[in-house]
Amino acid sequence: MSAYVETPDAASKVNYLTNGWTWQSWLLTGDHKRIAMLYLISITVFFALGGAFAAAIRLELMTPRGDLMEAETYNKVFTMHGVIMIFFFLIPSVPATLGNFLIPLMVGAKDLAFPKINLLSWYLYIIGGILGLYVAVSGGVDTGWTFYTPYSSTYSNSAVIATAMGAFVAGFSSILTGLNFIVTIHKMRAPGLTWGRLPLFVWAHYATSLIQLLGTPVVAITLVLMMLERGFRIGFFDPALGGDPVLFQHLFWFYSHPAVYIMILPGMGVISEIVTCYSKKSVFGYEFIAGSSLAIAILGFFVWGHHMFVAGQSTYAGMVFSLITFAVAVPSAVKVFNWAATMYKGSISWDTPMLYAMGFMGLFTIGGVTGVMLATMALDLHMHDTYFVVAHFHYVMVGGMVMAFMGGLHFWWSKMTGRSYPEMAGRVSAFLVFIGFNLTFFPQFIVGYLGMPRRYHAYPDEFQVYHVMSTAGAGVLGIGYLLPAIYFTYSLFAGKRVTDPNPVNAKGLEWTVPTPPPTENFIVPPVVTEEVYAYAEQEEKSLV
Amino acid sequence: MQHNTMPFFPDSASTIAPEIDGLMIAELLFSVFFSVLIFAIVVYFALKYKRKSEDDRPVHIHGSLVLEIAWSLIPFIMILGFFVVGTRVFFRAYTVEAANTMEIFVTGKQWMWKIQHPEGPREINEMHLPVNRQVKFTMIAEDVIHSYFIPAFRLKKDVIPGRYTSFVVTPTKVGKYHLFCAEYCGTQHSGMVGSVYVMEESDYEKWVAGGDESMTARGEALFGQYGCSTCHLPNGKGRGPSLIGVYNSMQKLQTGGSVKADESYLRESILNPRAKVVEGFQAVMPTFQGQISEEGLLQVIAYIKSLEKEEGQ
Repeated sequence: MSAYVETPDAASKVNYLTNGWTWQSWLLTGDHKRIAMLYLISITVFFALGGAFAAAIRLELMTPRGDLMEAETYNKVFTMHGVIMIFFFLIPSVPATLGNFLIPLMVGAKDLAFPKINLLSWYLYIIGGILGLYVAVSGGVDTGWTFYTPYSSTYSNSAVIATAMGAFVAGFSSILTGLNFIVTIHKMRAPGLTWGRLPLFVWAHYATSLIQLLGTPVVAITLVLMMLERGFRIGFFDPALGGDPVLFQHLFWFYSHPAVYIMILPGMGVISEIVTCYSKKSVFGYEFIAGSSLAIAILGFFVWGHHMFVAGQSTYAGMVFSLITFAVAVPSAVKVFNWAATMYKGSISWDTPMLYAMGFMGLFTIGGVTGVMLATMALDLHMHDTYFVVAHFHYVMVGGMVMAFMGGLHFWWSKMTGRSYPEMAGRVSAFLVFIGFNLTFFPQFIVGYLGMPRRYHAYPDEFQVYHVMSTAGAGVLGIGYLLPAIYFTYSLFAGKRVTDPNPVNAKGLEWTVPTPPPTENFIVPPVVTEEVYAYAEQEEKSLV
Repeated sequence: MQHNTMPFFPDSASTIAPEIDGLMIAELLFSVFFSVLIFAIVVYFALKYKRKSEDDRPVHIHGSLVLEIAWSLIPFIMILGFFVVGTRVFFRAYTVEAANTMEIFVTGKQWMWKIQHPEGPREINEMHLPVNRQVKFTMIAEDVIHSYFIPAFRLKKDVIPGRYTSFVVTPTKVGKYHLFCAEYCGTQHSGMVGSVYVMEESDYEKWVAGGDESMTARGEALFGQYGCSTCHLPNGKGRGPSLIGVYNSMQKLQTGGSVKADESYLRESILNPRAKVVEGFQAVMPTFQGQISEEGLLQVIAYIKSLEKEEGQ
């Protein structure tokens, strides 16, 4: 590890952070790096809010009786948890922050293809988020983040339209980000940066962007239909108005299952970067990791029916969805095997990002194999809509995506801020998150198989022991997340300055520019002459 | 049901439950194997190849086609086995096997389960069943989507407004079991729970005989009360077709084509009579939408179904 050099005069050199101090220079910026920081601050706020709702859920479920809050309040709390975490944290998390910051740097471009559209995405996200917050303070919404009809369109007495509007507007933010990434990756790669030399982080975002672009319009129109039914009694989904309630589920999951891959693929991209850098090795099976991202993006569009095995869908359609769901497990497994193989005979650092990456591999694997269980139609008869499903998707989303996000944030923190974070505190937080996460969610597999249904405010006594474990784990997990919130905030204002362009000896164009990068990214347009992850060549040079 | 402080497996009380548990254990072993494998490899490599100095010289390997094929195909072939077994077991939850299969009719509404036995008894949030006899459930919701879930049977099925859904199950163990609503349905979702009592056949016979009028009798009363009998004359000379023997028969439609007169068609024809008019008749029947409850519809349909046996010869 090269030394972090304390240079008091570094601040006087103009970089993207010091290039302008007014509010306008931030709020009207076209700089992808500043927009990434705006996103980072906003999604952190939403993550904290969603986390507070999660804490309320866990506290309520400590006892079998619904004694902490009213049933109606509980329903609003879990709905807000889901809406905020999915639409305002997980979907934008890695792409809008790390992706926004790094993709132009990684492809050797000055900025994204459409800087103003990038800023527009952030504003759309904020408008959607404010609608979400408005709902939270004005009485809440109780439909669950899935908005199933006819409950949402006819029966719920809560702020359904405002919430759906929030998700609808945030959806455009997601579409525009995807569009920006696709154009940038196609048209703005530096000379010599062929498709075969693209970092896997970029490949993962390319696959993600395809889903954002193709899938999000479908959920947008579905939410519009739902709002029309609720607002104007135009029948689409309510059988009392001549509609079909299951049609809503088809349309909703046609987006929302691929959306799961919008959430996890960028995280996989982060892991590929971390594992290679902290093993000091070129990646094992580059083509297979890149290809599996595309395979996941494509296959992911044909598995939505596995949410509806017991929802009155034809059993034969269910069979096809089950089979394709099994198939989509393969490219995910391929990635994990390749990362593990990358570590083989490497020089493995135990720094914070790598600890998060190793945690990701283990937890994502558990999330994946339990997904295979749920894809088995007969097991879904029993486990559908139980805590087994809750545990499964939290293993993928929190054990997978949030671990990857944290790993990536630590990995690129010095590049993004020009400051370092305390390494030991980072390792402790990674450890706490891993332990706390497992204690929170592993018991939920068991209580789910015992039959505990989702979205229950009160439950039979025999399930209590697992809920108590889960709540205890959530406490540890909360501390694990609070710690980085504290030291990152500290680091941002008072952390040790980093000026080394490449403090972690990583490969990739983002490490060739100054730390923190100047507004125009590259003073001299880069030309790529070496293969991707050329860690072997790095050694050759260092020997010379 | 013994109260275990830290249970691992739920009660098992249907023919399908041990099959689902068996499949679960097989997949659990598969899952544990792969999870432990990945954990072990990651931890082992992290320890064995831990960075000792900045001058470490890692061995650079760019990939192996053989390995890629192996770790794609081997797990996939293994899970294909789960697909085949899982699909076969799933289909069993929808296959009527026994000749003496009995029927139960379930209506879900915010926030209660209403259960009707053809012989007459009606229950709320409780369901009595005989042991070792296959039961076919026909279910419908009055408002939003619910889901009928009995963990001890390892079965659930969504209960949807506007259409019938069904599944079959054979209880195997006498006892009292949980009944849950598994699809979020509003404020008192977690209160939409009840109990399933599986009884000895003889106890059940006694219990069911204690009920009042049968569903068919109730249906017949409704059939008169709503004036159905004034047009649907048994001799076929009324303004509507005769309903004798109509259940499960093929009916030619005015618009061409034909339709099987199953429960769903009968329900649709009562609520929305102009949707599929039988050939040779005018669309003169008024709608009964909003006038008859889902339970009443099930009773009228039970009566129409009975017309074959009683008066059809």
